[in-house]
Amino acid sequence: MTIEDIIKPENLVYKKPDIMNDRPMHYCPGCSHGVVHKLIAEVLEEMGVVEDTIGITPVGCAVFAYNYLDIDWEEAAHGRAPAMAVAIKRLRPNKLVFTYQGDGDLAAIGTAETIHACNRGDSITIIFINNGIYGMTGGQMAPTTLEGMKTATCPYGRNTKLNGYPLKITNLLKELDGTCYVTRQSVHTAAAVRKAKKAIRKAFENNLNQKGVSVVEIVSTCNSGWKLTPEKANEWMEQNMFPAYPLGDLKDTTGDSQTK
Amino acid sequence: MTEEIIIAGFGGQGVLSMGKILAYSGLMQGKEVSWMPAYGPEQRGGTANVTVILSDERISSPILNAYDTAIILNQQSLDKFEKTIKPGGTLIYDPYGITKEPTRTDISIYRIHAMDTAIEMNAIKSFNMIILGGLLKIRPIVEIDNVLKGLKKTLPERHHHLIPMNEEALRKGMEIIKK
Amino acid sequence: MSEEIKLMKGNEAIAHAAIRCGCDGYFGYPITPQSEVLETLMEIEPWKTTGMNVLQAESEIAAINMVYGGAGTGKKVLTSSSSPGVSLKQEGISYLAGAELPALIVNVMRGGPGLGTIQPSQADYFQTVKGGGHGDYRLIALAPASVQEMADFVGLAFDLAFKYRNPAIILADGVIGQMMEKVVLPPFKPRRTDEEIEKECPWAAVGKKKNRERNVITSLELDPAVMEERNNHLQRKYKTIEENEVRYEEYMCEDAEYLFVAFGSSARICQKAVELARAQGIKVGLLRPITLWPFPTKAIAKYADQVKSMLSVELNAGQMVEDIRLAVNGKVKVEHFGRLGGIVYTPDEIIEAMKAKIM
Repeated sequence: MTIEDIIKPENLVYKKPDIMNDRPMHYCPGCSHGVVHKLIAEVLEEMGVVEDTIGITPVGCAVFAYNYLDIDWEEAAHGRAPAMAVAIKRLRPNKLVFTYQGDGDLAAIGTAETIHACNRGDSITIIFINNGIYGMTGGQMAPTTLEGMKTATCPYGRNTKLNGYPLKITNLLKELDGTCYVTRQSVHTAAAVRKAKKAIRKAFENNLNQKGVSVVEIVSTCNSGWKLTPEKANEWMEQNMFPAYPLGDLKDTTGDSQTK
Repeated sequence: MTEEIIIAGFGGQGVLSMGKILAYSGLMQGKEVSWMPAYGPEQRGGTANVTVILSDERISSPILNAYDTAIILNQQSLDKFEKTIKPGGTLIYDPYGITKEPTRTDISIYRIHAMDTAIEMNAIKSFNMIILGGLLKIRPIVEIDNVLKGLKKTLPERHHHLIPMNEEALRKGMEIIKK
Repeated sequence: MSEEIKLMKGNEAIAHAAIRCGCDGYFGYPITPQSEVLETLMEIEPWKTTGMNVLQAESEIAAINMVYGGAGTGKKVLTSSSSPGVSLKQEGISYLAGAELPALIVNVMRGGPGLGTIQPSQADYFQTVKGGGHGDYRLIALAPASVQEMADFVGLAFDLAFKYRNPAIILADGVIGQMMEKVVLPPFKPRRTDEEIEKECPWAAVGKKKNRERNVITSLELDPAVMEERNNHLQRKYKTIEENEVRYEEYMCEDAEYLFVAFGSSARICQKAVELARAQGIKVGLLRPITLWPFPTKAIAKYADQVKSMLSVELNAGQMVEDIRLAVNGKVKVEHFGRLGGIVYTPDEIIEAMKAKIM
């Protein structure tokens, strides 16, 4: 086959979602954000809800998520996305309202907003990228940074005497009566990506079916911050992050549990 | 006509609500009114006071340094407000708990044994209405009918059965006030 | 009388007016002396009638960000608080200004700094008109001096906010919030339909339609050249507001030899002081800025040619006096009189201050 044959529309075997535009992403090679963005785009298109979706971007690496997905967005102040989402959902209950937040945003500066939004139970979705580090500001310690893990602000490794313990915030959120679906996923293998996509779909369906808060944590790599190659970062995540943040559903009150 | 009134006593004596009923009564009579409380924790004990102004003209300041009439329900308030009454003005006080009688001679002073009377009537909650009755006897700034209408406005519907008792207290107050 | 006259607190008037002007949502957190706003709304339950949402947030920070979120979808939303709570809201207010969102903030001021006191104060003038949050921005600031104006300014503030896509603030204080006066509430105006909102606010994030680009509500721009132009755009907008939206009231100024300048509750007390002083034969007038930003600079400058001196009467240590001095530019003496910490001056005190400071 010539190149001309290969690029004929009838020979198309894959295409990126329409709402994912051609703007080059600012994410580092190997970063998990791009994959998660694509999953969100795919699910929104498959559900046919692009016109009814309002996303909220955080402060952190994903601050510019609004540049890559052609949906309507609001850009939050650091940590405040869940409060905004609650208000938007109350004022526009038929919209699919989701936040996209990192660990510093959701589990440090925005802890109060996160917990109260999850406790109130408005049907919003929280996509939570947990890579145990502040990527955007240059690799400082996050609330989810593992014990002994080195960052710019714990250069000798996280010392729990000095910095406290890694915050398993998703475990906390599952205890709240307002959450209906709390799950922890990853996107480091093809199989994991498929599972993560199912979780996002379920969370978005809960959103439109007014079932309560759905939290999808994606345990992710930050190879730049971790100072590892993308491949090594995946290995490191499996060996170190997964034992602290085990994958699977933590809570599902919607009636059809997916993974354990 | 403008009547500038301070009502002062302990929190829980119904100082603010008496002021409110007076303000509503003024409203019913078509007057301009303002009701300015000393707000905050004072409402829950300690001293409480409220400035009520009834006027035929637009009211400027809701906060005053001198009053036409002072209604005083405890010693602290007497110490504080006796000197703020305008010459020729009126002081009405309940002697219950008063240890140092008022001394000014350039104002009209009236006593009303409202606390004792309220206890006698077994209607302790009508204490402030007895006082209000006394005020209206001395300074008939609003008509009793408008006070009753004002009461209806301030009381929630479920308490409207208490209005006759309050009317009785008002009339009792008019009876017992004296120089 | 076509409209029923009611007697209520300034805080209650805010709540009633919000429902009546077609507001879509209120987000607040209790703090003295403004808690009656939230209490009144919760008692009325407007979601059962007009469909207006009311939510007690977990903090003032959450509340202002709820306002930001709601305003970003074109809805008419407000929050209210008192000084320490408004300090917490400054982050969100700066974001609202940066993203050019119409919204209303109500500050029923109490004394500070810090936790301060719950008694009335006007010490948040600087915070309101000089910034408060970070960055070069302005809030349209209205200062009500009566319960009636508390009611009237809710609708006015929203009109201005939407006209200019800019947050507006009602700067009241404990006196105006807690006092009861007669008020004629504004007539009921229905909430806008989603179609009307999309027409009026084509910028709103309501879900991207196929026939338009995505709408992004943001104050972020990392390209300095673009960001400078965004700032220039804001400054041009502020200039337009300064040219068109100055509001003030004059009281007995025609023949005045001395001038009080005061806003909010202080203006009410000054009005009485004017009456008492004139009874003593002193020709004093009162200029009351209704918009604190834009400030009535020209009106005050005009009186610099007429009066001998001015007294800025504020419940603070001297804040608005700086703007008055800028307006008169040294032509006449401008002094300040204030009380601090929650003490409110009486009319007599103001007259004494006038005699001591500017006569």
